[in-house]
Amino acid sequence: MSKIGLIIKREYTTRVKKKSFIVMSIIGPLLFAAMFVLPAWLSSMGTTSKKNIAVIDETNKYANVLTDTESLNFTMLQSDKEKKIRSNYKDLGYDAYVVISDDLLKDPDAIKIYSDAPVTIDMKQHIKRDFEKFLEKEKLESFNIDGLDNIISNINNTTVHISTIKLGEHGSEKESSTELTMIVAIVFAMLIYFFVLMYGTQVMRGVVEEKTNRIIEVIISSVKPFQLMMGKIIGIAMVALTQFLLWVVFTIIIITGIKFALFPNGEMPTRMDNQIEMVQASGGQNTNVAQNSDFADEFTKIMKKANSLDLLGSVLAFFFFFIGGYLLYAGLYAAVGAVIDNETDSQQFVMPIIMPLILSIYIAMVAFRAPDSDIAFWFSMIPFTSPIVMMARIPFQIPTWQVFLSMAILVASFIFTTWFAGRIYRTGILMYGKKVTYKEIWKWFRYSGK
Amino acid sequence: MNFLEAKKVVKKFANHTALDRVDMEVPENSIYGLLGPNGAGKTTLIRIINQITGPDEGEIFFNGRPLQPDDVHHIGYLPEERGLYKKMKVGEQAIYLARLKGLTKNDALKKLKYWFEKFEIQEWWDKKVEELSKGMQQKIQFVVTILHEPKLLIFDEPFSGFDPINTKLLKEEILKLKEKGATILFSTHNMESVEELCDHITLINNSRTILHGAVDQIKQNFKDNIVELTFTGDESLLQSKLIEPFRLRNTINLNSHTKAFIELGDTGNINQLLKILVNDIEINGLTELLPSMNEIFIKVVNESNQTVHADAVNA
Repeated sequence: MSKIGLIIKREYTTRVKKKSFIVMSIIGPLLFAAMFVLPAWLSSMGTTSKKNIAVIDETNKYANVLTDTESLNFTMLQSDKEKKIRSNYKDLGYDAYVVISDDLLKDPDAIKIYSDAPVTIDMKQHIKRDFEKFLEKEKLESFNIDGLDNIISNINNTTVHISTIKLGEHGSEKESSTELTMIVAIVFAMLIYFFVLMYGTQVMRGVVEEKTNRIIEVIISSVKPFQLMMGKIIGIAMVALTQFLLWVVFTIIIITGIKFALFPNGEMPTRMDNQIEMVQASGGQNTNVAQNSDFADEFTKIMKKANSLDLLGSVLAFFFFFIGGYLLYAGLYAAVGAVIDNETDSQQFVMPIIMPLILSIYIAMVAFRAPDSDIAFWFSMIPFTSPIVMMARIPFQIPTWQVFLSMAILVASFIFTTWFAGRIYRTGILMYGKKVTYKEIWKWFRYSGK
Repeated sequence: MNFLEAKKVVKKFANHTALDRVDMEVPENSIYGLLGPNGAGKTTLIRIINQITGPDEGEIFFNGRPLQPDDVHHIGYLPEERGLYKKMKVGEQAIYLARLKGLTKNDALKKLKYWFEKFEIQEWWDKKVEELSKGMQQKIQFVVTILHEPKLLIFDEPFSGFDPINTKLLKEEILKLKEKGATILFSTHNMESVEELCDHITLINNSRTILHGAVDQIKQNFKDNIVELTFTGDESLLQSKLIEPFRLRNTINLNSHTKAFIELGDTGNINQLLKILVNDIEINGLTELLPSMNEIFIKVVNESNQTVHADAVNA
């Protein structure tokens, strides 16, 4: 085996055997699986409890304004009961009460909700909407126009439904979900950010470890410093890829597991409504089954949307930008490790490396809302931000030439940073006990040509 | 034949010159001492030989031809700043380091087995390095350095961190390595071990060679021509018998006899001295006093520093 191969092997095996690696490999997929499962679970859980709300209308104008819903039940009370109900509204079976103290057209602030539990946004929105609708109507009626209701309902009927259809290469159509595309974009971008930061730091730690252990001189009497640096960088890249692949595999296993738990027969039904109706028809109101079906329904929807995305292209691009971005930064991290004597000194040199990474995340937030904007374009070309920003754009089917140009710039850049870092590295690893300045590093860079 | 040669080696760093036209000729199968005060440039020279760094000017010859990258397989280097991966197991790590020196896994295993048995350290094999004491770690480091049976061994302060028993063990091993044909370059501040082990030395100070040659020869060159005479008899009689060029420096009275230190001067020799004394006093012993390497080191380095200082003033 070549020497660089030996180094890669050592860097790889010592890391994947660590407890922290194994723990991370398990926790990651659980988080991913939660990302699919939680939204479905939450939206099926939201409808369970019904809330009773007392309404005290001191103006006596709004008797039938509030409409009951599945989860909200309104009861109008006598207006003089306010004082009494304050102390015992819970004993009377109410979760909250609403007090209207004045004409809302004159004073829009004259309505208040009292509750000792936090008032959900849903509840507040519902009450607000009901009153606004009512007041709107009241205002309109004050104009005394004949047939206004008809006019209004006519106007309200003008709606436009937009569905986004993504055209495949062979003219096939797929309904896509913009929301899910955004989620995929931001997950990929965050993954690159996370991996570059985490494994870049590992490269730096590895170099510092060799320096503080004083093993460095023993090793570079057998191999060239550049071989050692590259061996370390590649070995750790393989650790990162292993971690990522483990995550993917475990996530698939967990999601498949959930799928089978929900649909033991295997096939996911296309229309859950039928099944629910069937269940309700045959077994009566079995809430437990219905709730499970709700959950299954939501879960199916999310899975279907995920399937509709063109994931393959994104995943391939992800691997490229993941490795490219890592290589771009790993060399710099190695150089920082070589410059410092222990990790606590790393701050001043690590800052300039982390800054563009953090900036990338901010730009990515913009990019995945407006993937074709100038700022998104330029920052997906600049190599230090391109891996993250590009990943935020790619799921939105941007022009291919942009992707390839960005890739080419990235490759050229990581070759440059690795070469640059190598020169600092070979001088730095043999320097001990010196507070190093940027000026000093520049000198090393210039003098280590030989 | 010289196994290793440095010719006019120059190495400059950003702020200073570490080596200024340094020459060194290490004969094959010898133990060669590379001496000098801290910061003289020894480590830089050693790093150049190990190809950790390259010379700005000059050349290194290895086994008669210019040094080549693959020669690292024939060099074993025990640096002064040495250590091991703390979290790695001893055996695993020893194999790794041996394979970096070009051994196959099987060869490394076979040789490690031999040395671990010889040093009786087999039970350390599966321990992590951090569980071992410093001395134990040094022992493993030594084994790893010599494992690939290099033709040239470079030891930089090999005895630091060893107790006297292990130091003795190590010295014996170094001498055995020489017997087996290795050439050994040995850098240390411990002058006793230089006298004990080294055949030749080079002394570097302020980036320059200020003294080199065979240890015996250097001692001869630096002797003050003083003999130590042990005799029984009258001290004043001795005094009266000593004529030019001989001069009595001092005497020490012991119980039954006296030790006298006599300067031979520029022209005197031991035979003449014996001739004038042999009839009058009873001579118990006579030895020529040679300076220790320690004395030579201090003398030469101080003189060299003064010249450098004088040069600086004159300039």
